[in-house]
Amino acid sequence: MDSLPAGLSSAQKDELMDQVKQQIAVANAQELLTKMTEKCFKKCISKPGTSLDSSEQKCVAMCMDRYMDSWNLISRAYSQRIERERHRM
Amino acid sequence: MTDFADSFTSSLDTPKPAGDKELQEFLMVEKQKAQFNAQIHEFNDFCWEKCVDKPGSKLDSKTETCLTNCVDRFIDVSLLITNRFAQLLQKSVS
Repeated sequence: MDSLPAGLSSAQKDELMDQVKQQIAVANAQELLTKMTEKCFKKCISKPGTSLDSSEQKCVAMCMDRYMDSWNLISRAYSQRIERERHRM
Repeated sequence: MTDFADSFTSSLDTPKPAGDKELQEFLMVEKQKAQFNAQIHEFNDFCWEKCVDKPGSKLDSKTETCLTNCVDRFIDVSLLITNRFAQLLQKSVS
């Protein structure tokens, strides 16, 4: 810890913070992509054929949209719950 | 939250350059946000399995209710188990 440069300039600090935020955002997006691919493959492709047919493609597109809707809904429900628990304390 | 951060940083290595404290608080907040997000990914993973049958053109109200309930009931179960486990531990100690 002590070997760190004693003072980062405020520009360096801003840059560091931006980088951290960006890396977190990328990791978050990757997690969402992985999960969506797994879930929508499972829901939409029951018997993998020689190509993705148009009904499968439609299903995947719809599944993606709903998965993100669900993510946002759960995010809201979870923050509301945290808020409620905080009031109870 | 900041109280906890303050007590934590001051108890570790006392004299810190002022800049470090700002960075530490920033990281603390970002870490919390990341944990919140990770929790939502997890909830969405198993609540999706429980509540969504065939994805339609929108989430119907039944599915929405199921998803919201899924989060709340999971937290209820988590609290119940944590409390009961604490009680069991306490009993086994005394």
